Amino acid sequence: MPVYFVRRVLAAIPVMLVVAVFVFLLLRLTPGDPAAIIAGDMATPAQLERIRDTLGLNDPLHVQFLSWMGRILQGDFGTSLISNKPVIELVEDRMWPTIWIALITITLSVIIAVPMGVLAAWRHRTWVDHIVMTFSVLGFSIPVFVIGYLLIKLFAIDLRWVPVQGYKAPSGDFGGFAIRAVLPALTLASIYIALIARMTRASLLDVLNEDYVRTARAKGLAERRVLFRHALRNAAVPVMTVIGTGFALLISGVVVTESVFNIPGLGRLTVDSIFARDYPVIQALILLTSGIYVAVNLLIDLSYTLLDPRIRY
Amino acid sequence: MAEVLNVENLRVAVDAPGGAEVVRGISLTISEGETVCLVGESGSGKSVTSLATMGLLPKGSLKPVGGAIRLEGEDLLACSAARLRDLRATRMSMIFQEPMTALNPVMKVGDQITEVLKAHTKLSNAECHAKVMDMLTQVGLPDVARIAGSYPHQLSGGQRQRIMIAMALVLEPKLLIADEPTTALDVTTQKQILFLIKELQEKHGTAVLFITHDMGVVSEIAHRVYVMNRGDMVESAPVDTLLRSPREEYTRKLLSAVPSLTPRAARSFASDRTVLQVTELVKRYGGGGFLSKSPETLAANDVNFTLRAGRTLGIVGESGSGKSTVARCVMRLIDPSAGGIRVAGHDIATLSRTGMKPYRKKLQMVFQDPYRSLNPRITVAESIMEGPVNYGTPRAKARARAEELLELVGLPRTAAARYPHQFSGGQRQRIAIARALAMEPDLLVADEAVSALDVSVQAQVLDLLAEVQERMGIAILFITHDLRVAAQICDDVAVMRRGEVVEIGDTATVLGNPRHEYTRALLEAAPGRHWDFAAFAPVSAA
Amino acid sequence: MADTTPIRAGLRLPTGKLAGAGFGLAPIIAAVVLLLIVLAAIFAPQITPHDPIAQNPVLRLKPPSADFPLGTDAYGRDLLSRVIYGARISLIIGLGVTVLAVVLGLAIGLVSGFFRVADAIVMRIMDGLMAMPSVLLAIAIVSLFGASIWTVMAAITIPEIPRVVRLVRSIVLSAREEPYVEAALSLGTSMPRILWRHLMPNTFAPLTVQATYVCASAILTEAILSFLGAGVSTETPTWGNIMAEARIYFQLKPSLILWPGLALSLCILSINLLGDAARDVLDPRMGKRKD
Repeated sequence: MPVYFVRRVLAAIPVMLVVAVFVFLLLRLTPGDPAAIIAGDMATPAQLERIRDTLGLNDPLHVQFLSWMGRILQGDFGTSLISNKPVIELVEDRMWPTIWIALITITLSVIIAVPMGVLAAWRHRTWVDHIVMTFSVLGFSIPVFVIGYLLIKLFAIDLRWVPVQGYKAPSGDFGGFAIRAVLPALTLASIYIALIARMTRASLLDVLNEDYVRTARAKGLAERRVLFRHALRNAAVPVMTVIGTGFALLISGVVVTESVFNIPGLGRLTVDSIFARDYPVIQALILLTSGIYVAVNLLIDLSYTLLDPRIRY
Repeated sequence: MAEVLNVENLRVAVDAPGGAEVVRGISLTISEGETVCLVGESGSGKSVTSLATMGLLPKGSLKPVGGAIRLEGEDLLACSAARLRDLRATRMSMIFQEPMTALNPVMKVGDQITEVLKAHTKLSNAECHAKVMDMLTQVGLPDVARIAGSYPHQLSGGQRQRIMIAMALVLEPKLLIADEPTTALDVTTQKQILFLIKELQEKHGTAVLFITHDMGVVSEIAHRVYVMNRGDMVESAPVDTLLRSPREEYTRKLLSAVPSLTPRAARSFASDRTVLQVTELVKRYGGGGFLSKSPETLAANDVNFTLRAGRTLGIVGESGSGKSTVARCVMRLIDPSAGGIRVAGHDIATLSRTGMKPYRKKLQMVFQDPYRSLNPRITVAESIMEGPVNYGTPRAKARARAEELLELVGLPRTAAARYPHQFSGGQRQRIAIARALAMEPDLLVADEAVSALDVSVQAQVLDLLAEVQERMGIAILFITHDLRVAAQICDDVAVMRRGEVVEIGDTATVLGNPRHEYTRALLEAAPGRHWDFAAFAPVSAA
Repeated sequence: MADTTPIRAGLRLPTGKLAGAGFGLAPIIAAVVLLLIVLAAIFAPQITPHDPIAQNPVLRLKPPSADFPLGTDAYGRDLLSRVIYGARISLIIGLGVTVLAVVLGLAIGLVSGFFRVADAIVMRIMDGLMAMPSVLLAIAIVSLFGASIWTVMAAITIPEIPRVVRLVRSIVLSAREEPYVEAALSLGTSMPRILWRHLMPNTFAPLTVQATYVCASAILTEAILSFLGAGVSTETPTWGNIMAEARIYFQLKPSLILWPGLALSLCILSINLLGDAARDVLDPRMGKRKD
C-alpha cells in the first residue's frame, strides 16, 4: 500500500509539470507582445513597461518559467492586473459558491445515477433499461446551458417555485441558499448523471457475464444477493474512474452554469478574467482546476485498493 | 442403487424463433455414488447439457425446448426459479473449468463458502465457521484459517479448484456436476483433484456427472461413459466396455486419435547437420527498478540443447516451467538475458532487429491459438505471402507458392482467397503451418501448436507436421505440456521444471525409463497411462 | 477434411448487437434528422425566408407570424433564418474537429502504442492536456489568439486529442500482444509495416464510434464558447451566439433561447444516437469473441 501510494503521488508530478509548462507557454506563444495584448490598444509605453516588468517578460524564457514556478511553489500566484489584489485572495473570495454547488452536484449525481444504472443492467432490455438509456443519452446531448434555461423557464418563470438567478451563502440564509442552489446543481448534474448511469450499467452488464456470477447463481443465492454482493463491487472500479474523469466535465459545466445562474463563483471569475485578459488570474485558475482534477483522480486511484484486493502496487 | 439424475430426451435450442437445436434429444441417468463421464469434442453440447441441468443456461441465448431433467424424480425444467435456487448447492452443485474466473476476485474465499451456508441453512455464525473449516480440511487444504482469509488471486490454481469443490460439496448435494474441472490445471495437480473428487464422492455417496474431452481422465474415474457429438448422444456404456469395444464409428475414431504414451520407435537420419544450438540460455524477469516490488524470477536458467536437421526435440513441462520462454527466446520474440543461440553457426542471441532479418527466414513458429495467430482482416494468401514478399519474392510467384503450400497442408487452392474466420481451428492451424513453410525454414518452433485442438483434429495436424518434416527435412522444436503428444512426435525430449532442464535425452529413454524423479512424477500423473486407447486395450505389462 | 467447422453453440452469445433492439428505430430517425440538418445548412441561402444578418429595428422581438415562423430577435432579424444558418458553423466545426482530432490522435496513438520510448513522454503530455478543463483551455486559447473559425477549431481540437490517443494506444497495446503480430515479426515484416498493416486496422471500428462522440462534443463546446462570447465573431449567426444575445431577454422571450437550444440539442442527440448504434454494431469487445 505505501509503495502504491508513493508511486501514484509521484506519477502526478509530471502531469502537473506539463500543465504548468502549457499554461506558461500559452501566454508566451501568443502572436505579438503579450504586454500589449494585456494592456489593450490604449496603453502607453510606460504602462507596457510596467506590465512587462510585472510579468518578468524581459528575462529569458527558461528564467521566466523557473522564477514563475518558484513563486507558485511558495503559494504566490501573482497579482491581478485589474484589481491589483493577490490572485489567492480573489480565488478565496469566489471559491465557496463553486465548492458548495459542486459538492451538491456530485452527491446528487451519485445518489441518482448509480441506482439508475444498476436498475437498467438488472432489468436489461426491458422498458426500465430503455428509459434509463434514453435519459442518459438526453443528458449527454442537451447542452448544460439549454438544460439550465429549460429549468429556469419551468420552475422559476412558469411555476415560480424558485428565484430565477442569484446566490446566497449557506451560512447566512440556508433556506435561501438551498432554493437558489437546487437548479444550478440539477443543471450541472444532468451530464454527470448521464455519464455515471451509463457506465454503471455497462460495467455491471460486463460483470454479470462473468464466470463468478454464474458460480454465485450455481450456489443458489438469491438474485438480489448475486447483484449486490457479487456483481456491484466488481463493477465499481470503472464507475469510480468515470466519476474522476467526469470531473473535467463538471469543471467546464461550472463555468457555464455560473454564467446562466449568475453565481459569483470561480467559473464567473474565470470568464471575467479571460475577457479582461487578466493573465495571472487565468494562469492560476487553470493550474488550480487542473490540480484539483489531478488530486481527485489520485484519490480515486488510491480508493481502488479498497475496492479490489488485487490492486496492491 | 437409487437413481439421482435422469435426463430424458432433452432438447436445447438457440433462444430465437426457429433457433437451431444444439442438444437434440439426449438421455442419461446417474445413480448414487456413480461417476458418469460425458465426453465429446468442442461443440458437442456436453456443457450445454450440464448448464441446462443446473438451470444456468445463459438467458436469451439458449433454452430447453423439450424433454425432462429429473433430480430424484423432480422435473427441474418444470421447477420455479425459486425452487431451482433452493435445489442448487443443497441437492445439486457444479464446479467449473476455470477456478480463477469462477471465484469472485474481491471476496475472501472463506466468505464465499460461508455464503452457501447462509443462503440455505439457519446455522449460527460459529457453526458456519466450524463447517467451513471442516470442509476446507476435507478438501486437503493446509493452514485452513489462513486460506479462508485469502482472496482467490493469492491461491494457486489447484487450491482454487479445491475451494470450488469445498463450496460445491459443503451441503452434501446428491449430484455434483464437474465441467472440465481439471482442464486448466497441470497434470500433477489434475491427478490430486481427480483423487479428491473420487475420495469425497465415496465418502458422501455423491453422484458425479463429469464432463471432459480427455479420454485419459475418463479411463481413470468413470464408471459409465456417455459420448456426445454435435448435440447427439452417440453411445453409452460402462467404461471398460466402451474403451475395449466401442460400438459406434465415432467413438472408435475418438479413441484412435488419442496418442499413446509409449514412445514411438526411434528414427534414423540421413543428415547430422546442427540447425540450432542453445547454450547456457538464461532469461530473467523483474528485479531491480526503482520502487519495483516484483522479485527477480529466472524463467529459464542454464538451458542447453542441440537440434539437428530433420529431428524433433520436445520441451515438456508444466505451466511456469519456462518451456515457452525458451521457444520465444529462440525466436527472438523476447531477448535472452544471457547465453548463446546459434543458428547455422551464427550466434543470434544478441542481434538487433535488422541484424536478425537474415536469420528470421530460417526460424519459423506455429502458435498455440489458431484463432489469434492469423490476422482476421487479411486473406489466407496474403498471410502466407507476407514472409516471402518481405524477402523480395515477386508477388505473383509468392502467390503461386502460397497455393501450392495450401495443397501441401491439405487445403484446397481456393482457400487462398478466403479469410481466416471461414475456417475451423484445425484448418487455421494448417494455414499457420503453410505460412511458416513459405519461408523454407530450417527450424519450426511449435509452441503448444496442437493444445487448443480437439483430439481428432490434433492427430491430423500432428500427422501433417510429421509428413512435412519427412518431405522437407526441417527440424522441429516442439513445446508441449502433453506427454502423449511428445511421446508420439519427438525424437528427443527435454523435461523442464522452474526454468531448468531436469532431464534430456532420446524420447524412448526419457519417457520409457526416466531417471529424474520429476519426469517420473509427470508420467505417474498422466491420466490413463495404463491404457492404450488406439489399441482398445490396456498397456501391456511389458 | 474431417475437421469441419464445429458447431459453436456459443454459451455466451454477444449481447451487443441485440442490446439496441429496443432502439431499432432511433438510429434511423437520428440519421434522418441529421441529414435534414445537413441539407438545411448546405441550402440555407435557398430555403431561409429572410436575411439572417440584416437588422430591422422596427421588427424587433415580434411573436411568430406567417412571415416570421419563429418570430424575430432583438434586432428584428428572423429567428428561423438565423437558426438555419447557425447549423453551418456547428457542422463545420464538428466535422473539422473530428477529422483533425482523429487523424492527429491516430498518428500519435500509433506511435505511442508501439514505441515504448515515445510512449512515456507522449502519455505524460496527454495526461497533462486531459487534466486541463477543456472549456477553460479553449476559451483561453480563443481569447489569446483571436476569435476566428480556425482558432476555435484548434482550441476545441486540442483537448479532444488525448481521448483519441488513449483509445488508439490501448488498442495497439493489446493488439501487439496478438500472436499474429508476433507471427508477422518472425516473418521479417518491418515495424512500420506491422503498424500499418496489422495494428492500425484494429483501431478503425472503435475510432468510428469515438469519432461520433468527438463530433458531438465539438459541436457542444463550440456552442458553449459562442454562448460565453468566446467563439466565432458575434456577427456570425451560430446557435451559441443567438442564445448569448438572447440571454438578457430570456424572461421576456424565452423562445429566443429555446429554439436554437432545441436545434443544438437535436443535432447533438442524433449524432450521439448514431454513435451508440455504431458501437452496438462495431463494439470491439463483441467483435473479439472467437467466432
